[in-house]
Amino acid sequence: MVAGSFAEAGADLELVGLHKRFPGFTAIDDLSLTVPAGSFFALLGPSGCGKTTTLRLVAGLEEPTSGQVLIGGKDVTGMKPFQRPVNTVFQSYALFPHMTVIENVAFGLRRRKVGDPVGKAHEALRLVELDHLAARKPLQLSGGQQQRVALARAVVNRPALLLLDEPLGALDLKLRRQMQLELKTIQTEVGLTFVHVTHDQEEAMTMADTVAVMNKGAIEQMGAPEELYELPKTVFVANFLGQSNLFTGPVVESTADTIAVDIAGTRIVVPNSRAQVHTGTVTVGVRPEKLSLLMENPVAVAGQNVIGPGRVIDVSFSGVSTQYIVEVPRLGSMVCFAQNMVFGPVANLGAQVWLSWMVDHGFGLADVAEQAGAKQIGTAEDLTALDSEAVV
Amino acid sequence: MSAQEALALGRTVATENTLAPKPPRARFGLGRWLLPTYSVLALVFLLIPIVYTIAFSFNQSVKSNISWRGFTFNNWLNVCDQPGVCTAFGNSMLIGVVATVVATVLGTMIAIALVRYRFRLRGAISLLIFLPMATPEVVMGAGLAAQFLSAGVPKGIGTIIAAHTLFCLSFVVVTVKARIASLDPALEEAGRDLYGSPAQVFWRITFPLLLPGILAAALLSFSLSFDDFIITYFNSGSVQTFPTYIYTAATRGIPAQANVIASAVFLLAIAIVVTTQIASESRRKRLARATEAV
Amino acid sequence: MAIAALAGPTVTQEAPRKKSRIALVLLLPGIFYLVLFFIVPFISLVITSLQVPSETNFGQFDTAFNWQTYVDVVGQYSTQILRSFFFALLATVFALLFSYPLAYFIGVKARRWPLLQGLMLVLVIAPFFISFLLRTLAWKQILSDEGFVVSALKALSVLGPQDHITGTPVAVVFGLTYNFIPFMCLPLYTTLERLDVRYLEASNDLYAGPFATFRKVTIPLSLPGIVSGTLLTFIPAAGDYVNASSEFLGGSSSTMMGNVIQSNFLVQLNYPAAAALSIILMAIILVIVSAYVRRSGTDDLL
Repeated sequence: MVAGSFAEAGADLELVGLHKRFPGFTAIDDLSLTVPAGSFFALLGPSGCGKTTTLRLVAGLEEPTSGQVLIGGKDVTGMKPFQRPVNTVFQSYALFPHMTVIENVAFGLRRRKVGDPVGKAHEALRLVELDHLAARKPLQLSGGQQQRVALARAVVNRPALLLLDEPLGALDLKLRRQMQLELKTIQTEVGLTFVHVTHDQEEAMTMADTVAVMNKGAIEQMGAPEELYELPKTVFVANFLGQSNLFTGPVVESTADTIAVDIAGTRIVVPNSRAQVHTGTVTVGVRPEKLSLLMENPVAVAGQNVIGPGRVIDVSFSGVSTQYIVEVPRLGSMVCFAQNMVFGPVANLGAQVWLSWMVDHGFGLADVAEQAGAKQIGTAEDLTALDSEAVV
Repeated sequence: MSAQEALALGRTVATENTLAPKPPRARFGLGRWLLPTYSVLALVFLLIPIVYTIAFSFNQSVKSNISWRGFTFNNWLNVCDQPGVCTAFGNSMLIGVVATVVATVLGTMIAIALVRYRFRLRGAISLLIFLPMATPEVVMGAGLAAQFLSAGVPKGIGTIIAAHTLFCLSFVVVTVKARIASLDPALEEAGRDLYGSPAQVFWRITFPLLLPGILAAALLSFSLSFDDFIITYFNSGSVQTFPTYIYTAATRGIPAQANVIASAVFLLAIAIVVTTQIASESRRKRLARATEAV
Repeated sequence: MAIAALAGPTVTQEAPRKKSRIALVLLLPGIFYLVLFFIVPFISLVITSLQVPSETNFGQFDTAFNWQTYVDVVGQYSTQILRSFFFALLATVFALLFSYPLAYFIGVKARRWPLLQGLMLVLVIAPFFISFLLRTLAWKQILSDEGFVVSALKALSVLGPQDHITGTPVAVVFGLTYNFIPFMCLPLYTTLERLDVRYLEASNDLYAGPFATFRKVTIPLSLPGIVSGTLLTFIPAAGDYVNASSEFLGGSSSTMMGNVIQSNFLVQLNYPAAAALSIILMAIILVIVSAYVRRSGTDDLL
């Protein structure tokens, strides 16, 4: 590697045809991806999807069954972890309990015989605002402080690539949000390439430039957070990243710009450009916040999909918005978020309502939801109730 | 620290510690096999004298059992032919059982008190438990012998039992204490919450949970007592235990019957240990399966 | 495993405050026993060591304050005293070097196969279950002049034609090492078994190669096991007299303090000398142990 090649922005990471099989199951199945230098990349997925294994393969803590790992264009597949220009912030932090904070941070520098390791370690600790605790032992720190020490211990080495293995998982919600912002700031400041593994979709979306959604050892979809959210391409992504109302039915009409899908007698129109499949049975969907809740049947307007009438079966107030669950005969129940613009609920429990959304807000998926015709409501929390993925 | 400073830090560090990657290593090198091979050889080394002892229990020995003269079952079939061997073995068993029972009862009581109660002099008592384990056997043996001498107590089975109980006691306390400390106090609290009287809570909840630890301590005590020579020799007088028999016989040659007894005890002990291991392993597996099913 | 339990650091939890009368009832019999058979004998050992031979009854001793015995035994047996601690030190070092890789393999590498781990552990403690004296005698015969080890070494010219193994200091240190390996191995195993391999991964990730990781992370994290293992080996080895006795592996050039105490007490019936030597042995061990424990920073061995 050329000296200083990652001084400005870190190195890019390239995975080529990576497979990892453990006895009894395949953790990674033909994974290929490129992370551009200097970017904040998130690998998002449920427990057991292979995201942590991917990270361990990059760090060199596991050997791939086949495939290559390239960092800055150089093949590091056969290199041991200590030979790779990569550092990891571990999920458990793995701060050495027998060393002080400052010794932990200086550890990597000392191993590489870098001049003035203690001075540089102090600078790194100042970066995470913990220099005043340099003489403590890790067990004397709070979870958030330990997390920051782990970050300093990795960042101080100026790795080409910084790997973060769900480092915020053990923190409570408020601290997690705060640390997310700090991590993002630090990444912008030091300009390293960050690869962040998480099962928290909100975390991935707030922090990363690029998000790759993983499922069953393969990448389902990759792109900017807005793109993934606004235009999910698979049922898994549509449900894992935020919530979706999904409908499955045959394409009954196809124009130059749109397709129309028949869902138990209701026509739903989706733009061609936003649909992955244009013929046969397709699953189409819309995000809950794109829906308008109407108290009376609206006049049919081009460019609007309307469903109804349905009945409000649940209203839950969550501060910023109110979530309504509307039961529509033959279509199942749908979720709708309404901004709280007025005091009190817009629609009461049991009210008869119609739902409408702009055709341009809908999307068509590449695969078909298992539950034909009816709704699909999934949240990230449903899928990630389990703890981190188990690596055998 | 400002963004500029941070960036500057980053650059200086980065240019200084560029990592020179070393060539990739062979994935299935010698290194992978070194430790397993060593471990197997080390275990073989540990077993050499055991195998030797067992093998020579089948030797057609004449008087001394030093050189190999051919295979026979006679020693196993006529264990008690050799005068003294069986008496010594019987004495060792008696001493082992009595010392184990006394030490286990007293030690368990101390262990419960140490973990579950707070009182003054805890540190001193812990030290009193620890010191016998830090005392060389020869000092303990000499001390007891000096005491029995000055008190005019004749040496015999009684003095041996007293000595054995002493050194077993500390080991019982430490073993049982570790077990109690690993118990969840909430279990006892739940017992009390569900209207159990203190005695009921102890006998229905605490004791069954402690039982594996107590049994382990008892097994340890017995094996310590059965194999003890140094302390015993100072306090045995004319009574022979199995180890003192071997020691005195060593000058004129150990009869093969001694090997028979040692081998039999060894095989029995190993069988007990392996059975418990396998039982706990299969219990663990069943548990794992059960949790998976949930 | 029972024996493993004594070696591991015990979990100290805050004991709840309860009626101390129950505690007293639980403690009293055991503590009484320890006082009667440990503290009192120790005191009588001290008294005995200060006694003088009776002028009226031959073979009897009278209570006195004759500290001269201490001076005498130190002068007379300084070689054996020094040799005891030197042999014990050698045996401890050899046992540590022998046991660490084995314990590491069983405790860390064999984790994935619990049955193998259990089996290997049983083999490590197997020597406990067969008479210590018979094992030592087995080595005596294996290493005897007629045995194949000696003939092989003679054939390889490692040993001269007149050399022996048994009866030499080499055999005694060998015997001590062999007999105390399980005591070293078990505590090492208990700490290594709990060693979190994620620390090793972190160290690897932070540019430490296998050797640096071992020196900077593995060893410090297994220090409690090293401390208890070395103590469990050193203390009994320093006081041992079986290995060094001439019926077993030793000879006249290898007698240790234990042999001297034993012969003074049981053969020469010189009780004050034996008692004084015992006190000296105990005192030196306590000094070494407390200095060692303090230095290695693990005060919580109790």
